[in-house]
Amino acid sequence: MSVSGSTLDMHASARDLGAAYRRGDVTAEEVADAYLARIESYEPLTNALLTVADRDSLMADARSADAMFAGDGEGDATALTGVPMVIKDNISTAGIETTAGSEILKGYVPPFDATVVSRLKDAGALIVGKGNLDEFAMGSSNENSAFGSVVNPWGDGRVPGGSSGGPAAAVAAGECLVALGSDTGGSIRQPASLCGIVGYKPTYGTVSRYGLIAFGSSLDQIGPLARTVADCADVASVIAGWDPLDSTSLRLDFSDFGSEIGRDIEGMRIGAPREYLVSGIEPGVRSAYESAVEQLEDLGAIVEETTLPMTDHALAIYYIIAPSEASANLSRFDGVKYGRSARADGNARDVTEATRGAYFGAEVKRRILIGTYALSAGYYDAYYKKAQQVRTLIRREFEEAWERFDALVTPTSPTVAFELGSRTSDPVQMYLSDVCTIPVNIAGLPGISVPCGLSEGLPVGLQFIGPQLADQRLLRIAHAYEDVAGWELRPEMAV
Amino acid sequence: MTKTNLTAEDVRHIAKLAALEIDDASVEEMRDQLAGIFVYFERLQEVDTEGLEPTSHTTDANTVLREDVAEDAMPRSQVLSNAPDPDGEFLRVRPVLD
Repeated sequence: MSVSGSTLDMHASARDLGAAYRRGDVTAEEVADAYLARIESYEPLTNALLTVADRDSLMADARSADAMFAGDGEGDATALTGVPMVIKDNISTAGIETTAGSEILKGYVPPFDATVVSRLKDAGALIVGKGNLDEFAMGSSNENSAFGSVVNPWGDGRVPGGSSGGPAAAVAAGECLVALGSDTGGSIRQPASLCGIVGYKPTYGTVSRYGLIAFGSSLDQIGPLARTVADCADVASVIAGWDPLDSTSLRLDFSDFGSEIGRDIEGMRIGAPREYLVSGIEPGVRSAYESAVEQLEDLGAIVEETTLPMTDHALAIYYIIAPSEASANLSRFDGVKYGRSARADGNARDVTEATRGAYFGAEVKRRILIGTYALSAGYYDAYYKKAQQVRTLIRREFEEAWERFDALVTPTSPTVAFELGSRTSDPVQMYLSDVCTIPVNIAGLPGISVPCGLSEGLPVGLQFIGPQLADQRLLRIAHAYEDVAGWELRPEMAV
Repeated sequence: MTKTNLTAEDVRHIAKLAALEIDDASVEEMRDQLAGIFVYFERLQEVDTEGLEPTSHTTDANTVLREDVAEDAMPRSQVLSNAPDPDGEFLRVRPVLD
């Protein structure tokens, strides 16, 4: 896998591309040009992007990136200099339309960058486009986007997963090398799994949420999607760190997420919780998972079956807590300050109701109603408070697991990519797509999905979960597996 | 107390609380879907949570304060750049009181 001369490998890793830059084999201008051409060819198949970078401004960024490599040694270049990236469209980009996949924000152009975007720009990354998503990141299939579904590069008529379906499909199709997503209940890991790439949700609080259009604030976390674990670590090292603009960001040093990558996992204790092998799990997913567990044992890890009974309640409390937080967060869309406005007669309240009725999609309305109900007088104790108490139990259960295990290993999704339209009429069935990823957000843990094979020709993902702030060890374990498994999945796409 | 026998009137009431206009055609569909979701929530009632502290955040989040130093803020023109109905230095709104 190399990037040499004029033959760019669009499925290289960011580290490979960085090495090619340092050898002088290729320039960022050539890379930017090649990716714009690639995007033009593949977008009609994937619909992964909502906005493609303006050519002139991207070329100017590329020239700046090339300049960073100039000078003595490597100059000012970072691991991400000249790396083509897609940013999920719920992450604010100054001067570039940011819609969150919603009609209500169509035409909205943020006057500021999210902190993660400023950091990527400073590192010299090339933002080639904004990734499609389920409206306000609410969904597991990308079918809730107001701007059309994304198609999984692995098979016609399959969903890419969600809500970061656009970023995942863009990486899988070679429209970029790495992407930023957001993960509230699995929105990075599940689409990564369904598209055959790596998706990493860092520990809650390590990455600033400033400029991320809020969904469930106690659950949301920005993180990378990429072709390799090492690329995910490099992105995390750039975007993480304390930010005075996010009061929940942690005052800790996160400068090197990849510090343990390459070390072996001999003697590591890994728990395999049986609740994650849910009743609806597909046989092909189960067998890929079991093979992966054997490979971990071959690497010297001690894998032991365990039980986390509270897992069975995670989905229910997620669908109380996340909509409750969303109903509060989305109250800012009132048709007055920014975003679209329905021109209703009557009073200000009428305008707000008409605006939200006209421009929010069905799933967003559903979740606002669930959340409003769960927080309303008379039901607060039975739903919201109860969910938060069960959240305490889930956290405790994980805490107990960390006394015995360094990490947990589970499937990322009980199924491979399902057919477009097959789950849209039944919300509960759709919500079950995230049954393996949600507990991680409930407890604020780091989680990562890496490819672990194919089932019926479609990718299967393996999830590792670690204790809070044990991200480096988690990435080390994921990398050790990736290295020995050698899955380098590339979809065949007819352009 | 929970509720699984949701009525169309309940849906309209919640929508009103949420400042969400909802047309008559979608009320029934929404009622069916929400009822299905609330039934799914029922399983939580079997968990014993007596005396447990609720978790609202997973980190030791405290109130974060900064030094009280004046800083440059975003210029007004930028703040208003996405407003649907700006009027010079202002946002125009419909009457708040009828």
